[in-house]
Amino acid sequence: MSTTLWIIVAASIATYLTRIGGHLVISRFDHIHPRVEAGLNAVPAAVLTTLVAPAALSAGPAEWGALVVAGLVSLRGGLMAMFLAGAAVLILARQVVG
Amino acid sequence: MSAEAISENGAKSDFWDGVRLSMPVVVASAPFALLFGALAVDNGFSVIEAFLMSATVFGGASQMVGIELFGQHVAPWLIVLSIFAVNFRHVLYSAGIGRRIAHWPLVQQAIGYFVLTDPQFAVAERKAEAGETVGFAWYMGLGLPVYVFWVIESALGAVFGKLIPDTHALGIDFLLPIYFLGLVMSFRIRPLWLPVVVASAAASIIAYKTVGSPWHVSIGALAGVLLAVILPPRHSGVEARP
Repeated sequence: MSTTLWIIVAASIATYLTRIGGHLVISRFDHIHPRVEAGLNAVPAAVLTTLVAPAALSAGPAEWGALVVAGLVSLRGGLMAMFLAGAAVLILARQVVG
Repeated sequence: MSAEAISENGAKSDFWDGVRLSMPVVVASAPFALLFGALAVDNGFSVIEAFLMSATVFGGASQMVGIELFGQHVAPWLIVLSIFAVNFRHVLYSAGIGRRIAHWPLVQQAIGYFVLTDPQFAVAERKAEAGETVGFAWYMGLGLPVYVFWVIESALGAVFGKLIPDTHALGIDFLLPIYFLGLVMSFRIRPLWLPVVVASAAASIIAYKTVGSPWHVSIGALAGVLLAVILPPRHSGVEARP
């Protein structure tokens, strides 16, 4: 089996564990420690930020423009609107600056 | 009409009630499924692998994270761990929905947890809060179309992604950071969001420049999570809950 297949199999098991695990484990506890809960709450934003920040830093004007516009749109619109706005700016800007 | 036939008809109409509610989710996730397929191929996945990942993981954001890291040649265990981290929020959904579906047979529960996505949880929880029973037929009516379309559209995206000649001009290589920025922004109502984002951004940039990729992901994420743990609970808005 290729490495890619192993990654997919392991990722699917890990994901299923998150979907069934809360029911199996967390619901047995009366309460979660506030600090643990605060840490869990921070997980998505913390992980996702690391996929944006370094990429943004090493990018150019076209990418920066796209991120700024997408960020502004996300303040009012949904995920799809911000994504399309960012993609449009990126594609247009790359025709100009390459 | 026998009681059995009545309950079968009831299950059928429950199923279609669920299907109706699934339609906005199917429409909204379609572009991301196509995009996932195209990006997966762009990052070195085959069409079959893209199809398999959608069919077995069935978690959009985590799949995007996975293929991004795969494209950066990150160690396999770290890819799996990152997918696990992005999907970790499901633990809370799982704990929440558990009491709503505890009356189902075990096999049905096992299937139900497999399709427990963000919208699945939100819509099912809303039904339960309205005092209605969350039945298996209704729940699968809601979840099954989302799953089937997600898998088919991922494969379509992968097939057509191969046909795109100049991915740079179309910005394909930078679409994921834009998408991830959107996900980061969608969590901005959470307590401590800004400090966590600032800490993770700073730590990941420093790690990227010093330790190098792929460690900037783990180090940056750890910095944000640790900050949330260290700050007094009154700032994290969780101490008020029982």
